[in-house]
Amino acid sequence: MNRPLYPAIFAAVVTLILTSMMLGIQLKTEGINLTLQSASDFTWYSIAGATLAVFLFQLYREPLSNLIKLPELPSLTSILPAGKKGNQLKNLGIAFVIAAALIWPFTDFSNRGAVDLATLTLIYIMLGLGLNIVVGLAGLLDLGYVAFYAVGAYTYALLSLYYDVSFWIALPICGLFAATFGFLLGFPVLRLRGDYLAIVTLGFGEIIRILLLNWTNVTGGPNGISRIPKPDLFGLEFSRRASEGSMTFHEYFGIDYDPSHKVIFLYLLAIVLVLITLFVINRLTRMPIGRAWEALREDEIACRSLGLNPTVVKLTAFTIGASFAGFAGCFFSARQGFISPESFVFIESAIILAIVVLGGMGSQLGIIFAAIILTVLPELAREFQEYRMLMFGLLMVFMMIWRPQGLIPKSRPHIEIATGENAR
Amino acid sequence: MLEAFFYFVQQLLNGLTIGSTYALIAIGYTMVYGIVGMINFAHGEVYMIGTYVAFIVIAGLTFLGLESLPFIFLAALLVSMMVAATYGFAIERVAYRPLRGGPRLLALISAIGMSIFLQNFVRLAQGSRDIAMPTLITGGWTFGSPETFEASLSYMQVIIFVVTLITMGALTLFISRSKWGRACRSCSQDLGMTNLLGINTNNIIALTFVVGAALAAVAGLLLGMYYGVVNPYIGFIAGLKAFTAAVLGGIGSIPGAMLGGILLGTTEAMTSAYFSSEYKDVVAFGLLILVLLFRPSGLLGKPEVEKI
Repeated sequence: MNRPLYPAIFAAVVTLILTSMMLGIQLKTEGINLTLQSASDFTWYSIAGATLAVFLFQLYREPLSNLIKLPELPSLTSILPAGKKGNQLKNLGIAFVIAAALIWPFTDFSNRGAVDLATLTLIYIMLGLGLNIVVGLAGLLDLGYVAFYAVGAYTYALLSLYYDVSFWIALPICGLFAATFGFLLGFPVLRLRGDYLAIVTLGFGEIIRILLLNWTNVTGGPNGISRIPKPDLFGLEFSRRASEGSMTFHEYFGIDYDPSHKVIFLYLLAIVLVLITLFVINRLTRMPIGRAWEALREDEIACRSLGLNPTVVKLTAFTIGASFAGFAGCFFSARQGFISPESFVFIESAIILAIVVLGGMGSQLGIIFAAIILTVLPELAREFQEYRMLMFGLLMVFMMIWRPQGLIPKSRPHIEIATGENAR
Repeated sequence: MLEAFFYFVQQLLNGLTIGSTYALIAIGYTMVYGIVGMINFAHGEVYMIGTYVAFIVIAGLTFLGLESLPFIFLAALLVSMMVAATYGFAIERVAYRPLRGGPRLLALISAIGMSIFLQNFVRLAQGSRDIAMPTLITGGWTFGSPETFEASLSYMQVIIFVVTLITMGALTLFISRSKWGRACRSCSQDLGMTNLLGINTNNIIALTFVVGAALAAVAGLLLGMYYGVVNPYIGFIAGLKAFTAAVLGGIGSIPGAMLGGILLGTTEAMTSAYFSSEYKDVVAFGLLILVLLFRPSGLLGKPEVEKI
C-alpha cells in the first residue's frame, strides 16, 4: 500500500495545479484595471472532486485494472459478411443506402433544415475523402488542406464575379486550379520528412488565408465575396424569377415556386459529387498508383529500392487530394452564395483531419460515418456546440492512444507470416 | 539620412525584443525534438497558459495591495513557470508517452488534438475576449533628434533582453554542466543506449518537457507585459513562429534556436517597417519554406543521416 501513495499524491497535486489556476480563477477587466474573480462554488467542488478521483484512481490503479478488463471493441469489418455472396449483399446494401439517400428529401421525414445540414455533411464527407488520400493512403500529414478548399471556393467565386462563368464550367476549373496549387506546393516540400511537411502545409494554409484577407481589391478582403450564383440544372435556374435569357425550374415544369426545390437540388448534387468522389478514389486505390501510395506509407525505403520514385508518388497523392478539395470548395461557395476568409481557418483543417482520424485512416466507410457524427452531433445538441472543439481535441488524442486505426478500420488484403510457435 | 538610420535602429530593437522571446519558446520545440524526435504541437498553448497565469498572479498581487514591482514580477515569473511546467509534464504524460515508439504520425495528430483541446479549455475557462493589463513598467530612453525621428528603448524591452539572457545562460549551464543536463544530451544522442546505462529516460523526457514549458512561460510573462493583452488564440501563431525559429536555427540545436528566434524577429520587424505589417506572417512562413528547401538542417544544425 505504501508504494503507490507517493505517485497518487503527486498526480493529485498535478491535477489540482492544472485545474485550479485556469478554472478556479477568472480574469476580468474592469475599466482599465484587471481584477480576479473566483469561479462558482460548483466549479471548486468539481475541482476537488476531480483531484480526489485522480488520487483514488492512482492509489487503486492495479487492483482496479485487474478487476475491470476493458472489453475489446468489436471489429466492425468482421461482422460484415465476406466472400462472393457477401460482396453481392454488400453491393445490394450500398445500392439501398444510395437509393434511400436520394429519396429521403422528398419524404415526410425531412425538412429544409435537415436537408441543408445533410448537404453540409456531404461537403465534409467529400473533404474527408480527399484528405484521406493524402493522410490515410499516402501517410502525409497535411495540416493546410483547407487552403485548397479555399482555392476552389475562391476560384468559382472570382470566375463568376469577373467572367460570369457558370457553376458547371467552373467546377472542373476549380478542381484543376486547386490541383495546380497542390502541385506547386508539393513539388518543393514533399522531399521533407513527415513532421516538417505538416508544419509547412500549415504555414501554407495560413499564407493563403492571409493573402485572401489582404488582397482586398480582388478578393474583397475580410468582407468576402457575396451573391455567388447557385448552380443551375441544364440552364434552368432555381430562383423565383429567371434572369435574362433563361428559364426557371418551376416555370419549365409548370409547378409553383418553392424555395425548397433549390435546397433539395443542392443536396442531390452533393450526393452525386460524393458518389463520383467515392468511385474515383475506389478505382484509384486499385490502380498501381494507389498501391504505390499505400506501399510508400508503409515503408519508404523499400519502395525506393523497388524502383518507385517517392517524390512523384507523393506528388500525385497531394495533387489529387487537393483537386477534391477544389471541387468541394467550388460546391461550397455555390451553396453558400457568400464566402470570406473566415470559412478557411486552421480549425477547419483540424476538423477535416479529425474526421479522417476518427473514421480510421484509409477507410472510406469510416470517414463517411465520422463526418456524419462530427457534423450532425453538434447540431443536434446545441448546448454541446460550445464544447465541440474541446471534444474534437480530446477525441483526437484518445483515438490515437486507444484506437489509432479508427472506428471502422480498413481491412486490407494481406497475408500474415506465421511466427513463433505457429511457424512450421 | 540620420533619420533613416534611427528608424532602422528602432526596428532592429523591436525585432530583437520579439526575437528573443521567440527564441525562448523555440528552445522548448528544439529540446523536445532533439530527444524524442517529435514536434510538440501543444507548446504554443503552454506559452499562452503561461501568459494567463502571469496575468492572474499580477492581478492578484496588485489586488492584495502589493506595490513592489520586482517582487510582483518575480512572483509572476515563478508561479507561471511552475504552472506551465506542470502543464508540460501532464501533456507529455497523457498525450505523448503512451504513443512513444509508435509511428510519428500518431504522436503528431495527438499533439494537434492536445493543442486544440488546451486552446478551447482556456477559452471556456477564461472567455474568448482579449484581456488587457495596465502597463506596469513604463518609461525608457530615447535617442535621435526629436524633430525628425526619435528612437526609443523602453525599460520593458531592456527587461526582456536581460531576462532572456539570464534564462539562456542558466539553460546553457544546466545543459552543459549539470548531471541532468548531461543525461539530456545523452538521450538526444541515443535514447536506447542511455536507458541501458541506467538512466531513467522517461524522467529525462519529462524533464525536457518541463524545462521547455517553463521557458515558454517566461516568454509568456515577458510578451504579455510587453503587449499587455492576452487571449486564448495567441498560442497558435506564436507556436508556429517559434517552430519556424527552431527550424531556421537547426532543430535540435539550442544555440540554433536562439539564433533563429532573433533572426526571425528581426526579419519580421523589418518586413512590417519597410514593406507591410499584414504580410509579416507570410514572410515568416515563406522563410520557413525556403530554409527547409535549401538547408533542411537549419543554420546551426547537423545534417541528419537516416539510418535503416
